[in-house]
Amino acid sequence: MRLELKGLTKKFGSFTADDDIDLVVEPGQIHAVLGENGAGKSTLMNMLYGILAPTSGEILIDGEPVTFEGPGDAIAAGIGMVHQHFKLVGPFSVADNVQLGREHTQGLGVLSAKAARKAVLDVSEEYGLKLDPDAICEDLPVGVQQRVEIVKALSGPKTELLILDEPTAVLTPAEITELLQIMRNLAAAGTSILFISHKLKEVQAVADTVTVIRRGKVVAELEPTASEAEMASAMVGRAVTLQVDKTPAEPGEARLEIEGLTVVSDAGVKVLDGLELTVHSGEIVGLAGVEGNGQTELARSILGLIKPDEGRIAIDGKDVHGASPAHRIADGLGYIPEDRGRDGVITEFSVAENLVLNQYRDAPFARRGAVNAGAVRKRAVDSIAEFDIRTQSPEEPVSALSGGNAQKVIIAREFSRPRRLLVAAQPTRGVDVGASQFIHSRLVAERDTGTGVLLISSELDEIYALADRIAVIYNGRIVGEVAPDTPRAVIGRLMVGADIAGADDTAPAPDDADQTDEEANGGDR
Amino acid sequence: MSTDTKTPTADEPEAGETPESKPNFMRLFGRYLTEANSVMVTIYSLLLAFLIGAILLIVSDEYTRSTFSYFFSRPQDAWYASRDLIVESYTALFEGAILNLSTLDRYAAGTAEFGDLLRPLSETLTYATPLIFTGLAVGLAFRAGLFNIGAQGQLIFGMMGALIIGFALDLPAVIHLPLAVIAGALAGAAFGAVPGVLKATTGAHEVISSIMLNNIAALFLVWAISTEFLHSETKTDLITKPVDESAVMPKLLSGLSESLRVNWALLIGIGAAVFTWWLLSRSTFGFRIRAVGFNEHASATAGMRIGSTYTTTMAVAGGLAGLAGAALSLGVGSAGITTNTALEYGFDGITVALLGRAKPGGIVAAALLFGALKAGALSAQPDVPVDISTLLQATIVLFIAAPALVKAILHLRTPRGGLVTLEAKGW
Repeated sequence: MRLELKGLTKKFGSFTADDDIDLVVEPGQIHAVLGENGAGKSTLMNMLYGILAPTSGEILIDGEPVTFEGPGDAIAAGIGMVHQHFKLVGPFSVADNVQLGREHTQGLGVLSAKAARKAVLDVSEEYGLKLDPDAICEDLPVGVQQRVEIVKALSGPKTELLILDEPTAVLTPAEITELLQIMRNLAAAGTSILFISHKLKEVQAVADTVTVIRRGKVVAELEPTASEAEMASAMVGRAVTLQVDKTPAEPGEARLEIEGLTVVSDAGVKVLDGLELTVHSGEIVGLAGVEGNGQTELARSILGLIKPDEGRIAIDGKDVHGASPAHRIADGLGYIPEDRGRDGVITEFSVAENLVLNQYRDAPFARRGAVNAGAVRKRAVDSIAEFDIRTQSPEEPVSALSGGNAQKVIIAREFSRPRRLLVAAQPTRGVDVGASQFIHSRLVAERDTGTGVLLISSELDEIYALADRIAVIYNGRIVGEVAPDTPRAVIGRLMVGADIAGADDTAPAPDDADQTDEEANGGDR
Repeated sequence: MSTDTKTPTADEPEAGETPESKPNFMRLFGRYLTEANSVMVTIYSLLLAFLIGAILLIVSDEYTRSTFSYFFSRPQDAWYASRDLIVESYTALFEGAILNLSTLDRYAAGTAEFGDLLRPLSETLTYATPLIFTGLAVGLAFRAGLFNIGAQGQLIFGMMGALIIGFALDLPAVIHLPLAVIAGALAGAAFGAVPGVLKATTGAHEVISSIMLNNIAALFLVWAISTEFLHSETKTDLITKPVDESAVMPKLLSGLSESLRVNWALLIGIGAAVFTWWLLSRSTFGFRIRAVGFNEHASATAGMRIGSTYTTTMAVAGGLAGLAGAALSLGVGSAGITTNTALEYGFDGITVALLGRAKPGGIVAAALLFGALKAGALSAQPDVPVDISTLLQATIVLFIAAPALVKAILHLRTPRGGLVTLEAKGW
């Protein structure tokens, strides 16, 4: 199947998620779509799979324009999708999951277990995907569950194009290696694959051609032979240069000291691995890195939402071990979370309530156990004016605000109380240019008052515009600390772990994981 | 999907109330009446429920049903029989719950006391009182995103706590009664905190644990009544000792007539509703409850302790349900409680909280409505089947829980903020 997208655009209100996307997937080709979170990849795939209707533009299959009313149409047209979060019925067997929605019957609605098993075995044999049709899905390892999803997608009436949305996000290195091999086999058998990812090594290893999307636009068409640094810089951007006026930093005493910080996830993976980092007063330290290398866990450890397995965090010279988030906030830790809607604001609460979310128990907002509505309202009126929050009134719920204004609510909240250290994670994500500039200038002003600022961003432009010192995180470790005038190529190489001796043994590098391959296979049976 | 719970529509008619716009106001008011906002949906739900109740009354009455067998030869028979049945039944409910018209005649003729006139209202308020407490117990927990199904068990423990202090201590009434009430609240709070602690420490779902705790409480009560400590010294059936005179809730209107059962617990209930309103909308603790109920991630990021919020909220909710228990054992059950004293007040509290949309004012109104239905149904039997009250309650809640259904039946417009559906986050 030859798939072609022409000028595909999707707007949500005034926000353009995808802007004039052109893309061609040739038969039997593995086409990688590379981009950061929020770049518009998922929206694009949802349009392709009939979940969202495009605002404009068209989808052509073998030269014929098609419109999808829902995923059913896309499946009928030969498109199969493997979602990032599996859509399997856990207690069902593999065969039952594969036939879900198009059950094999022997007439009169009686299920035919035999036909269902055979269908699974046929597909697994055809593509070399080993599966036990009688296994219960929830008992299977994640990698095998994904194989079930792939078989399910391939079992469509005539699936010729497979969309894989961030398929490696949940896999172990060995499983990744295996998946990449499966993808190669499928392509060799004539199936076209659209591979969504932000992991450069995997893209290099498997893709025939690479399209890079940034902020909803196609910014580059690359060959897989392109260097990782080239891909990284295309992905995180170089087109826009953000100008922020700032004087040289005057770093003072250490405000944040992190030594040997190690966090092991529930799945047993070391998401932070002996991380070392220091932030001084009066400087902005930019933490650069491809997302998913431990930034989230680092920020949450500093706030105290995650208890580190090893290592020490000191804020303002004091070891904060055992101190609750409330204590750390009261002691002057400002925190801008990366996921605004989840962690930053309570969308049902009013602007005024959100502005005091972490101070509602302090004077003057509380008086003998009661919220002092007058003081809360006054703070809101002041903050709305100072931070130019566009809202109808302080009582309006934050859900009615645009992303940029919701972010300003968080900024206003964190900047309206005494602080010694500020952790700002993705402070301008999903925020329009005007608000971004405002937020950037506030961060610099914050630094100039002597606060230590840790800026965590996956946008290199933002790091370059603001940081006085750049630390690069890769696989839960700081792999380099460089000056802000370091060329992009150097940082790009650091971000993908290219220059680090010994980095590769923990990296999900496809080529190095062969020795664990057999274990993964063994676990399946 | 949008989970907007704020509907500013209630203020809309006022918005048009400018000096020169009287017709404009009428138009806006008409608009309001035909819109599926939360006030109108509640009113229409009541009307629809009584309509369905009427149909079921007709179907269930043998004589009326028989008139339909010759409907096509004499339709007027069926019409008059149905009309009379509905009018009589609903009048009987009304007379049992609010005002008895024949007593009114006797009062006018001078053969009845003023106090007799108030008897139906007194019964309504008596049945409403425990529902106010249990409704608040469920409603408060709702706001923290918890589904407190355990009000029944918390009520039973409150009942026992108040009872024990009520008969075991010998104190003057000014101390004895408040102490017994507080004991009931504390016993309910302690029992209510258990699902909160379990959720905070082990993640056990409060719905499961509180259902189980209800069973534990009900069975514990059966055993406890039979123990020598609690069992009545004079009676042989399963009933406890009576509470001392000094711990009995004084009747509110005993000056008018001794038969008016409504007592001081009603005032405590209204006080509890005011307190809950203050707690939720004015206190810092209520701020935390609502924040955690809406978004626990953002609350945790802002430094709030989620687990302790769950525990404390469940304890306060349990305390409210415990007060319902105290109201029973020191009030209508002051002569001794049986396994039957608690009725289903705790479970009905869930419906009351849903009907009142987890807001204290709404809960009081819903409790009064349910109290009226209960009092009316009990007084109207056997002429009207007692189940009609339960049926009306269930139908009302069904419609309120499904505003889209009411909207579709009556072709109402969608309000600006969207339909308000009840949210039980615990599920």
